[in-house]
Amino acid sequence: MEAVAPKVTIYIDNKPVEVKAGKNLLEACLGLGEDLPYFCWHPAMGSVGACRQCAVKVFKDENDTIGRLMMSCMEPVREGMRISIQDIQAKEFRNHIIGWLMTNHPHDCAVCDEGGACHLQDMTVMTGHAYRKYTFEKRTYRNQYLGPFLNHEMNRCIQCYRCVRYYKDYAGGKDLDVFAAHNHLYFGRHEDGVLESEFSGNLAEVCPTGVFTDKTLKHHYTRKWDLTSAPSICQHCSLGCNTSAGERYGTLRSITTRYNGEVNGYFLCDRGRFGYEFVNSASRIRKPLVRSQLPESTSQSIALEEAAKLISNGKVIGIGSPRASLESNFALQTLVGADHFYQGFSEPEHDLVEFNLEVLQTTDAQILSLREVEHCDAVFILGEDLTNTAPMLDLAVRQSVRQQPMMEEVPKAGFPMWQDAAVRELVQDRKGPLFIATFQPTKLDEIATETFNSTPAEIARLGFIMASIIAGEEISVHDVTEQTIRMANQIANALLHARKPAVISGTHGGRESIIKAAANIANALKTKGKDAGIMLTAPECNSLGLDMLGGHRLESAFDAIDNGYADTVIILENDLYRRASTAQVNRFFDKCKNVIVLDSLHNKTTERADILFASGTFAESDGTLVNNEGRAQRFYQVYPTLEDMQESWRWLMQLGDLVQHQYMRGWQTFDDLLPAMVVAHQNLRGVEGITPPAEFRIAGQKIPRASHRISGRTATNAVTNVSEPKPAEDPDSALSFTMEGYKGQPPSSIIPFFWSPGWNSIQATNKYQLEIGGPLKGGDPGTKLIKPSLQSRSTYFHEAPQHFLPLDGHLFMVPLYHTFGSEELSIHTPAIMERAPEPYVLLNSHDAQEMKLAEGEALTFKIEEQVYQLPVKTSSFVAQGAAGLPIGLPGLPFSALPAWGILNREISWKKQPQPIS
Amino acid sequence: METPLTQHIVAGRQPLSLKEYERVGGYESVRKVLKQMTPTEVTDLVKASNLKGRGGAGFGTGMKWSFVPMNVPGPKYLVANADEMEPGTFKDRLLLEGNPHQLIEGMIVAAYAIQANISYVFLRWAYKLAASEIRKAIAEAYEAGYLGENILGSGYTLDMHLHTGVGRYMCGEETALLNALEGKRANPRAKPPFPQVSGLYGRPTIVNNVETLCCLPHIVNKGAEWFKSISQSEDSGTKIYGISGKVKRPGVWELPMGVTVRELLEEYAGGMKDGLKFRGLLPGGASTDFLVEEHLDVKMDYGSVTKAGSRMGTGTMIILDDKTCPVGFVLNLQHFFAQESCGFCTPCREGLPWVEKILRAMERGEGQPEHMNILEFHTQYLGPGNTFCALAPGAMEPLQSALKYFRADFERHIKEKRCPWKQ
Repeated sequence: MEAVAPKVTIYIDNKPVEVKAGKNLLEACLGLGEDLPYFCWHPAMGSVGACRQCAVKVFKDENDTIGRLMMSCMEPVREGMRISIQDIQAKEFRNHIIGWLMTNHPHDCAVCDEGGACHLQDMTVMTGHAYRKYTFEKRTYRNQYLGPFLNHEMNRCIQCYRCVRYYKDYAGGKDLDVFAAHNHLYFGRHEDGVLESEFSGNLAEVCPTGVFTDKTLKHHYTRKWDLTSAPSICQHCSLGCNTSAGERYGTLRSITTRYNGEVNGYFLCDRGRFGYEFVNSASRIRKPLVRSQLPESTSQSIALEEAAKLISNGKVIGIGSPRASLESNFALQTLVGADHFYQGFSEPEHDLVEFNLEVLQTTDAQILSLREVEHCDAVFILGEDLTNTAPMLDLAVRQSVRQQPMMEEVPKAGFPMWQDAAVRELVQDRKGPLFIATFQPTKLDEIATETFNSTPAEIARLGFIMASIIAGEEISVHDVTEQTIRMANQIANALLHARKPAVISGTHGGRESIIKAAANIANALKTKGKDAGIMLTAPECNSLGLDMLGGHRLESAFDAIDNGYADTVIILENDLYRRASTAQVNRFFDKCKNVIVLDSLHNKTTERADILFASGTFAESDGTLVNNEGRAQRFYQVYPTLEDMQESWRWLMQLGDLVQHQYMRGWQTFDDLLPAMVVAHQNLRGVEGITPPAEFRIAGQKIPRASHRISGRTATNAVTNVSEPKPAEDPDSALSFTMEGYKGQPPSSIIPFFWSPGWNSIQATNKYQLEIGGPLKGGDPGTKLIKPSLQSRSTYFHEAPQHFLPLDGHLFMVPLYHTFGSEELSIHTPAIMERAPEPYVLLNSHDAQEMKLAEGEALTFKIEEQVYQLPVKTSSFVAQGAAGLPIGLPGLPFSALPAWGILNREISWKKQPQPIS
Repeated sequence: METPLTQHIVAGRQPLSLKEYERVGGYESVRKVLKQMTPTEVTDLVKASNLKGRGGAGFGTGMKWSFVPMNVPGPKYLVANADEMEPGTFKDRLLLEGNPHQLIEGMIVAAYAIQANISYVFLRWAYKLAASEIRKAIAEAYEAGYLGENILGSGYTLDMHLHTGVGRYMCGEETALLNALEGKRANPRAKPPFPQVSGLYGRPTIVNNVETLCCLPHIVNKGAEWFKSISQSEDSGTKIYGISGKVKRPGVWELPMGVTVRELLEEYAGGMKDGLKFRGLLPGGASTDFLVEEHLDVKMDYGSVTKAGSRMGTGTMIILDDKTCPVGFVLNLQHFFAQESCGFCTPCREGLPWVEKILRAMERGEGQPEHMNILEFHTQYLGPGNTFCALAPGAMEPLQSALKYFRADFERHIKEKRCPWKQ
């Protein structure tokens, strides 16, 4: 974002160094690798000068020997500036700051969850403060219950204000604040209760000590230095946030942010951070099963042999999965042959994702990354409830809205952007332009300039009209109300006034026409010379990757079995009952002669398996995912597993070997599969270069997954055997499963955890960046598979939908999503389950009144064969004749949405169809 | 001797109504500036008068105004700092309760000079009588057309509102005051940007003390030279001085700037009560360094008091006598400061309670020799620039000077394991 800034020379302890102009001294010093302690400053949140920890001596000129103490976070670097970090007085002052903080900080490091990864501990050691002189009583607080994600221990608070600055100012939360005054400041909620923000988990990393800690970790606590960690990619939506996953004793213990300057930066959403416990779930499949045998549970070799027999003798098709890696899908595709490979999407979803991909490949607009969305200065969202479908994109939009007025106001006022309190004062509550068109009100509405709630058809129509207005063309959409035109004009003008407008849409609106409208708007803006960008969300973590591999729709697989074209199916990590109606899937399985399933968790589909292979989750597998912008990113196995459970692609490779598959001969490791995949799929070129190959070594060594601080390694298995077993080998990556290996910084794509001498907390991230807040050294990992097209190929879509018309005795069911509840895997985490809502149906208030239904009363309706009886919620904002039905909540059967729901005849609801305008 | 600020204040009598005030020349300066002077001319006049801010910092008022950008679109604000909470200080109260129209008149002059159209009186919550008098006076001024749209047909518009605080000492600090006025926590702001550029709601704002504003009508009416002439020192004008403590006649008096400490103490306050001896004084409120016997002939103006090692502050003294324990005296102040710390920055939030606890321990006879070092390092490191605002440095001023002048008393507490002033 920052333009290329000129460099200035400053003198640190008489040594001249070059730093970027416009930075503050603290950033500059940290960027140079200096160890300067700090608390209240945060690279994503700027400076406020509260903690006074980062004091340095600043001298007027080279003759000034006395100097003045100044807070480095509040001082801009200036040409010729002379400072001293080592100055005795500065060191003593920094030491005293810790001394002051320690007057009230408890001496509970030994029993504190943060211990060993605590920024306060690190800074205490860094300043040299060792002995407490304070002999009086410490103040104590009452802690609060903050919900299932975070633990609250206020006695440890050092009042740096980071938590409220993050939660309120950065993430837009409302229910965390600072109360009271003097040395009794209290950071918490106005009363006990669940923190409302979907981004609350970041408090655990933002807090420099143990006030806010990960409660899910507490349930299976381990010291952070005892974790075995691997770089990972979040599996719980399409954005592909980078995470670091940590394990001990065979269970996954925690997820922390893995900084990626282009994607998630310093933060994660709560689903991404806390949704990991499905890995440890009791419903995990841990051994292969062969249902025809007793006991069902069997060994790897028997299961493989049985499956190989079925494959050799049957007419086999494969069903892939948008939540499985490229490699697993490709292995299945190769095993069954491309013609027999079916993507695991239902038809509407398949078409939407395919269309998404088409738009991304042909649009003239820039395909935005999360980071780039933050820096757009006008945003229009069509059909996406971002908070629930792609949470981190909600956070990025919040930054755009906040930064747009800053960009306008702050340069005129003449102080730096990082001076956070002054910037907020100047900007007040001015917000950048944000327009949202969705079926139901969304959480982002509170910061929106204008919102528009209507059916998908009306949202698409609004978009089509806007595109015409922007392009300066005649509006081809028929039957348009003046109100719609006015709104279209308002949004179009705002986008045209922006330097870098963003159009955000995606598959969750459930209609191709919405994506078409979004593409039209972005392309029209581009023709008007705007640096326009587009971001389209996808349904799952590898939806786009799966689509890039090609394959048929799920319904065609049903047909193939139905008409006898095939009799055996291999299903990869896919619960078909979440893809098609129960009746449809039951029919399918009834017709299948043999069903082979690979998955990690028991579900309705695995119940129908004749042979079931225990697949590793992301924590037990290597793989590549392609996120919604076409960015391919690699995740790594976190810990070794026993041979009965392994990566899906490895099971499939072994099957290929057993059936002597012509293309799969000799495939043994990840790196055997990867080149074959890129050869077979030219559009995936680049995936092979994301990360160094498995034989990569630095100074002859692998990169250790465990910290050299790991304790008691020789004792870990002593309960069973006193001799230390040979550590597991990792044939698939350059990472080792032990603490042995190269101790320096690895290439950016294989950083298992951030650590640097003296920096044991997540704040060590600073040490891995090219500049503070910039890309990681060696570049942010991952590769964009969709390159901007050189020639303009963007298509203009013409088919705007007709007006939505309510239907007597029917409700048009539109999908609703929930951050906690809609996603298949994370719901197996107890903490996420606790936050999931009960199933419901959302009606227009008038409709509910006419049906004589009060809130909470049951509505019965049918979609295709599926009957629903759900408690009613009402909103005056949802369109009449339409209703919202949540997706994926536990206990709620699948229907492909949007779709017409037929109301139960017993409910007397008579209404003439009339157009909604 | 001229007493322009207090000439119409008579003890025990209602303040002048607007009509009465007009009869003695009230609001003349408003007519003059609106009809005859440009805003820049008003600022230049105030600069020439050498009026220094009476809130404690003593910064040139005209200079402060001159930092306000004049040709910017959008609102600007003037705020009267009437949050008088400095311990021992009750000079603004006299002006607020005694002649509220004088303040309003001064505010109109100041607002016109910076071309502000909205003004606030930020009043200490405990000044209930002042609140009702000001409310009445503002209403009268609106009625008479001195406030509101198109004042006296000049085309200039000024609105004025009274805002009563909730009683935080921090609100006397101008940036914390602005935060409080916006409905936020009364935490101070980092400077730069200064309020003159980004103040209330991020707009150019001037915050002036009540006494400062009350000087303005007289400067406009009688000129800069006259204002200088009524002083006995380099600093111009008169000053409302006050004395509290065990003197014969505690009180406030308007006197020419630059009277000596001795004159004030002996002539106006009538000297120490019988049987008590003078030990020291805080010249300008709780956040100034002690002056002692040797300083009695120091002139009470900004330069002279600074030279003597303290600060003029608000010019309202607190006297320490020989029957009062200096440690207890300082403890009382430190308790106040620790309690009034907003808690934003570490040294102030954590340091002041530590200091208070040490002094309390000394008073209880639990003082340790090590405590002297801890007090010393606080006075050394809670200095300006090290803390976020001036509260903690202010708190250290009486402590550091007490350690200098009354060190033996502190040491006796530790050595005798008791407070020698207690039975």
